[in-house]
Order: sequence, then C-alpha cells, then structure tokens
Amino acid sequence: MLKTMRRAFPQTMPVMAGYLFLGIAFGAAMQSRGLPAWQSLLLSTAVYGGSLQFALVDSLCAAFAPLTVALLSALIQARHLFYGLSMLEAYRPLGRHKPYLVFALTDETYSLAVRGVPAGEDPAAWYTAISALDQVYWVAGTLLGAVAGTLLPTGALRGIDFAMTALFTVILTDQTTDAAARFRKGEITLTELLFAPLLGGLATLLSLLTVGRGSFLLPAMGLILAGFGGRYALERKGVKAA
Amino acid sequence: MQQLITIAVAAAVTVVLRALPFLVFSGKRKPPAFVLWLGGQLPRAVMALLVIYCLKDGIAGDAPGLLPAVAAVGTTVALHLWKKQMILSVAGGTLCYMLLVQFAV
Repeated sequence: MLKTMRRAFPQTMPVMAGYLFLGIAFGAAMQSRGLPAWQSLLLSTAVYGGSLQFALVDSLCAAFAPLTVALLSALIQARHLFYGLSMLEAYRPLGRHKPYLVFALTDETYSLAVRGVPAGEDPAAWYTAISALDQVYWVAGTLLGAVAGTLLPTGALRGIDFAMTALFTVILTDQTTDAAARFRKGEITLTELLFAPLLGGLATLLSLLTVGRGSFLLPAMGLILAGFGGRYALERKGVKAA
Repeated sequence: MQQLITIAVAAAVTVVLRALPFLVFSGKRKPPAFVLWLGGQLPRAVMALLVIYCLKDGIAGDAPGLLPAVAAVGTTVALHLWKKQMILSVAGGTLCYMLLVQFAV
C-alpha cells in the first residue's frame, strides 16, 4: 500500500495544495469563531466534506437545532449521490476496501478517482491510496489552520473562506476546457458541451432569485434533474425516430 | 454535548448520502441506462451549482457585495486558463478576494 501511495502521490498533488489551503482556511475560520481545535479535527475526520464543514461553523455557534443541521447537510451533500452513481461500476468489485472508499468520496477525491486507474495498478490499492492521502492532507491542513488561527491577529484572515469558491471555479474551468477540447476534436456535440454547466448554473440562479438564500438548493437540484430527464427523453425519442 | 450531536448528525447524513447509490444498486442489480448517463452529466452541472451556492450572499443578500466576489472569480478563471496550476489559481483568487474585502470595500 505504501508503494502504491508513493506512485499515487504525484497525481494527488493538486488536491494536496487545495486541501492544505482549504483545511487551513477551515481550521482558522473555526478558531476565529472561538470553536475548539478538537471540534475542527473531529469534523475533518468524521464528516470530511469541505463545503458542509464551512457551513457548520455557523451552526456550531448558533442555537442547537439538529433537524436544521440534518436538512442543511442533506442539501449540501446531496451532490455526493451523483459521485456514487458515477463510481458504481468502478467500486463495485472492490470488496473490503469499498466502505472506506465510499466514506471518503469527496468532491476532490472523486475528481481524481473518475480518471480511472493507471495501467498495471491494482484498483483497490490505487483508489484507497488516493482517498487516504487526500484525507491526510485535509486533516493536516485543519490542524495547521487551528494553530495559525491562534497566532494571527483577528481580521487578518477575513475572506479566506473564498478558497472554497475558487476551488469549485477551478474544477468547473477544468471540466469546461476538457469538454471544449473534445468538442473541437468532434467527439461531442455543442449541446453536450454546453447543456450541463448552463443547466446547473441557470437552474441554481433561478431558484436562488425566486426562493431566496434559505432553501434554494433543493428546488435547484429538482430543476437540474428535470432538465436532464427532459433532454434524455427527447434524445431517445430522436434516436427511435431516426 | 450539543455540539457533538451537531457533528454526529452532519457526519451521519453525509455518509448515508455517499453510500446510498452503492446500497441501492448493489450486487447484480444494474442501474438503469438513464442513471448511468446522469452520473456522467451531473458533475459539471453540480460544479456550476456549487459556484453559485458559494456566491449566494453576494447575489441575493447583504454580504460585502457581489463585486469583490465577481472580481475574484474572474481572477481565478484567468489565472487558471493562463497557467493551469490549481494551487496558483485558488491562492491568487483567494488573495484577491481577501485584499478586496479587507482594504477596498
């Protein structure tokens, strides 16, 4: 496993950079709100989901409301259903390694896992190596942030939580440039290139502007699913007609 | 204790959502073609959703304003198209945002 980890390490370096940075931002954000370091570490170990952890900083400071926390968690984490769906076939035969791989399937680990396994590597060992390395980066970053938060003056880290926005922006930029390259090679259609990101963006904007900040994620995801369902039905009808 | 419960609830919901597709489509039950197709389509849609989710306070609320966020997102995209280095793009965009909200707005 250690040898596999050594070979997997170069591939995980972008995640290491992002996770150390975001982990530090998270640990420092918790610290700046007066929350203890052990809670930051527990969140990064047991929840292990950046966006939700940032959202929980508020919840941990506010009045105790477990149902609200459950709903908030479900809304923010629902996208993981999709990662699971897309890794179903790859993770299906992995036996005893599967529980941890499923637990550790974060946005960033998914972005590495979805690339598949290099030739000659054992899939179970490879996926476990990238998943475990990623979580080590995340927990280590959290710890560094908790320490840094106590050393820096208040306010110096204001705005550091933008790192999460920047990370998602970078991933979307990568996805779009990859798809654009495939479009230029004639491998995919213009619809295939534009449909998913436009649907995701417009559906979310629409429900944010109509429903408001409190509860727009659920209607946004409903719209996205409806949009994909509609397109799938139309294209299948087209195939049958042709 | 209450904070421990809050953390436990968030952890439980997260692991259930991550495991659900594997539980529903375990063993020999193959997911329908639509579900597999959706698995390939959703990542880009969800990433667009997440970017807007992060900007929600600027778009529909009272946060420091949309301008620093839009400027920082623009910086992030420009850096990434230029150098294709994830850490540089994330760090540059974040630094841009921190400078704007701490000193300019």
